[in-house]
Amino acid sequence: MLGFPLIRYAEEPAAAAHAAGWFLDHAWLIALIPAIGFAIILFFGKKLPFKGAEVGIASMVASLVLSAGAVYQWIDLGHDAHPVIKTWTWWQSGGMQFTLGQHIDGLALMALILVSFISTLVQIYSVEYVRDDRRFTHFFASLTLFSAGMLTMVLAENMVQLILGWEIMGLCSFMLIGHWWEEKANSNAALKAFWTVRVGDMGLLVGTAVLFGMFHTFSIDKINNTVAEGGGFSKSMLMTAAIALFIACIGKSGQFPLHTWLPDAMAGPTPVSSLLHSSTMVVAGVFLVARIYPVFHTGLDINVAGQQFNLIAVIGGITVLIAAVLAFVQNDIKKVLAYSTVSQLGYMMMGLGVGAWTAAVFHIFTHAFFKCCLFLCAGSVSHTGSHHSFDMKADMGGLRKKMPVTFITWMLSTAALCGVPFFSGFFSKDEIIDSAHANHYTVFWVVGLIGAFLTTAYMTRATYLTFFGQARGAAAHFVHGDDHADADHHGAADSHATDDAHGAHDVKHSRPLPFAPHDSGWLITVPLIILAALAVVSGYLNAPAFHIEKFHHWVTPHLINEMVPEAPVFKWVNALPSIALVALGFIVSLAISKAVFGSEPSPLKGLTKRNSLLGAGHRFVANKYYLDDLYEKVIVRSIAHPIAQGAYWINQRVIDATVNSVGIGGRKSAGWVYRNVDQRMVDGVVNGSGIAASEAGESLRASQSGKVNQYGALLFGAAAVGALVLVIVNS
Amino acid sequence: MWVNNFLILGAVLFAIGVYGVIARKNAVLVLMSIELILNSVNINLLAFSQMHNNVDGNTFALYIIAVAAAEVGVGLAMVMLIYRNRKTIALDDLSEMKG
Repeated sequence: MLGFPLIRYAEEPAAAAHAAGWFLDHAWLIALIPAIGFAIILFFGKKLPFKGAEVGIASMVASLVLSAGAVYQWIDLGHDAHPVIKTWTWWQSGGMQFTLGQHIDGLALMALILVSFISTLVQIYSVEYVRDDRRFTHFFASLTLFSAGMLTMVLAENMVQLILGWEIMGLCSFMLIGHWWEEKANSNAALKAFWTVRVGDMGLLVGTAVLFGMFHTFSIDKINNTVAEGGGFSKSMLMTAAIALFIACIGKSGQFPLHTWLPDAMAGPTPVSSLLHSSTMVVAGVFLVARIYPVFHTGLDINVAGQQFNLIAVIGGITVLIAAVLAFVQNDIKKVLAYSTVSQLGYMMMGLGVGAWTAAVFHIFTHAFFKCCLFLCAGSVSHTGSHHSFDMKADMGGLRKKMPVTFITWMLSTAALCGVPFFSGFFSKDEIIDSAHANHYTVFWVVGLIGAFLTTAYMTRATYLTFFGQARGAAAHFVHGDDHADADHHGAADSHATDDAHGAHDVKHSRPLPFAPHDSGWLITVPLIILAALAVVSGYLNAPAFHIEKFHHWVTPHLINEMVPEAPVFKWVNALPSIALVALGFIVSLAISKAVFGSEPSPLKGLTKRNSLLGAGHRFVANKYYLDDLYEKVIVRSIAHPIAQGAYWINQRVIDATVNSVGIGGRKSAGWVYRNVDQRMVDGVVNGSGIAASEAGESLRASQSGKVNQYGALLFGAAAVGALVLVIVNS
Repeated sequence: MWVNNFLILGAVLFAIGVYGVIARKNAVLVLMSIELILNSVNINLLAFSQMHNNVDGNTFALYIIAVAAAEVGVGLAMVMLIYRNRKTIALDDLSEMKG
């Protein structure tokens, strides 16, 4: 039976045993409320006084309140609490039941509160940022559904529900990245994001199918427990499932080699980039690995003695380095942040790959705050600082005095991202690096340290270009003392709004600017301040340096705690290398930035143009290692077009010649066959049978009297004869 | 032995029905004869169903009754239309199917 909303409640006996509290029992509401909010905005949004924004924000706030309540009750339950699992039958087909439900444990709650919190702030920020946009209502509808998708995935009880949320997010990212689709580049970026992620999604379907084949269940809890108990399943099958699922994570979380869609996704409005890069979408891949960690841990032999490399750690490690290097050659501030996200996601994957589960999940947590803040700062700069340009070299510089709030929040978040001691990034990132060392993954320890160095260096470069040095382009407008700037302010605000609707965020300034750089309105600065504050303090939930392990107690499930090695004991000596490298990265990058981008003449200026080797290296990186070219020009073209010239030559000379000679020979023999076989034999037979049929028809024509009774008589006569034959044969 | 009685009844009805279909000129009577044939089959089904103590025959019989009702509905409608167009329902006069 296939009834769509045939939802039947079936409480798990384990969950029924202990009442967990109202908020935990009703955690599914956290995902449902934004989904309903989406429908309301879509159907009634345009008629509402605030064009649907209030519904979006209200639903996110409701989710946030519910998550906060659930988190409170979870902490109240204590360390050994079992996950709160509930299932409803969604639909059934051929004896298989597909369920929806909730699987609430520390990990799910961490993600729930993170997503609802960040979504709330991003929606508030968006009210100002996309004000007067022509698709304002649709923007909020998509944004709300996006959050609903992530929340559905995060509290998924089974793999099917997880795929559901996963795909909702894929769809919404497409809609949001292509929000300003009138420009070809934007719709291309949206398509690229969608298709690249689709490539990975195949892995998710295959992996889920393999898991179902092995364990005959979609339930995440049962799969995790069965794998953790060990035995009774094929190890190689589990490895296949782990690899297939990891391919999905590579696509979704922008890991090498499918990271190319993430920087292009910057085509979307800045709040979207911010949401996409901090707590939703890209984190989904890392979350999936963390969620069914036993499958990966056992399937890929993580932490088995003597193991130096494994798939997850290698992919994560490569991503850390290549993305960090790419961030150096970007002029677009959002692209620097995009590559930074890719690189940080690499850290999370690497952490999971070396068995540092808690550290990796904690990095998701802290990263969400500071990366969201950085993106919103970039948006703030473009909104009121550089007139919708994101080009650091052309339109920014010297903004620190003009935009103090943006500058301070940016600095705090940057410090957190770089891992400056006592900021949140220090506690999470260093824990990953430290664990790699303690778990004997020496290579990845080195990769992590180099990554820390690179991170500080590229962020220093970006900060210098944006906030220090000489004001350029749009940012320089006020400095040059244009007297009518203020007078023009209001009149020009209209054209500024129209630009917004057109998505003119990439437009190089080519006409008098309407306003001088100043700080954005409170709808933008308040979320910035909140996020920056959290970027500083969120690290103290799990600061081994001060013997705080709250996050570990609340989030890490019992199951995984027993699986992975104990987190290393924090020693300042172990943290010294990374602190030193961060400091070194800062000094080196600052010196080079000053020399290259500063006002004084310097031998370093234009070095890539003079030195051919460095120039070649710069070109190689600036072209993103030619990966896009590889995908589009080689792989896509070779499938879409014939395999170019060589194939053409073979086609003409070899295949055509063969075909021609076969053709000539064929025609000659065909002529003989035609004359002899066809004309004489076949035609003779055909004509003969035709004549016979026509004559038989003539003679039988008499029986076709057109009288119904005669037909009936013939029918029954024939049936009688048939019956008689049957009787004789059977007797 | 009792099942024979039903089978004989069915066979007789069937024969009457066949005779009616072949010999009658009136279209309505031909339709009625077809009903006889169908019902003779029903009797057979029910008899065997009782004999094997199996409910399948009953199910089929119900099914045939439903189909027969539909068939008569369509058949009578056709006869009505023929009558309207030609003012006759004698089957001898209808030889449009002649090949």
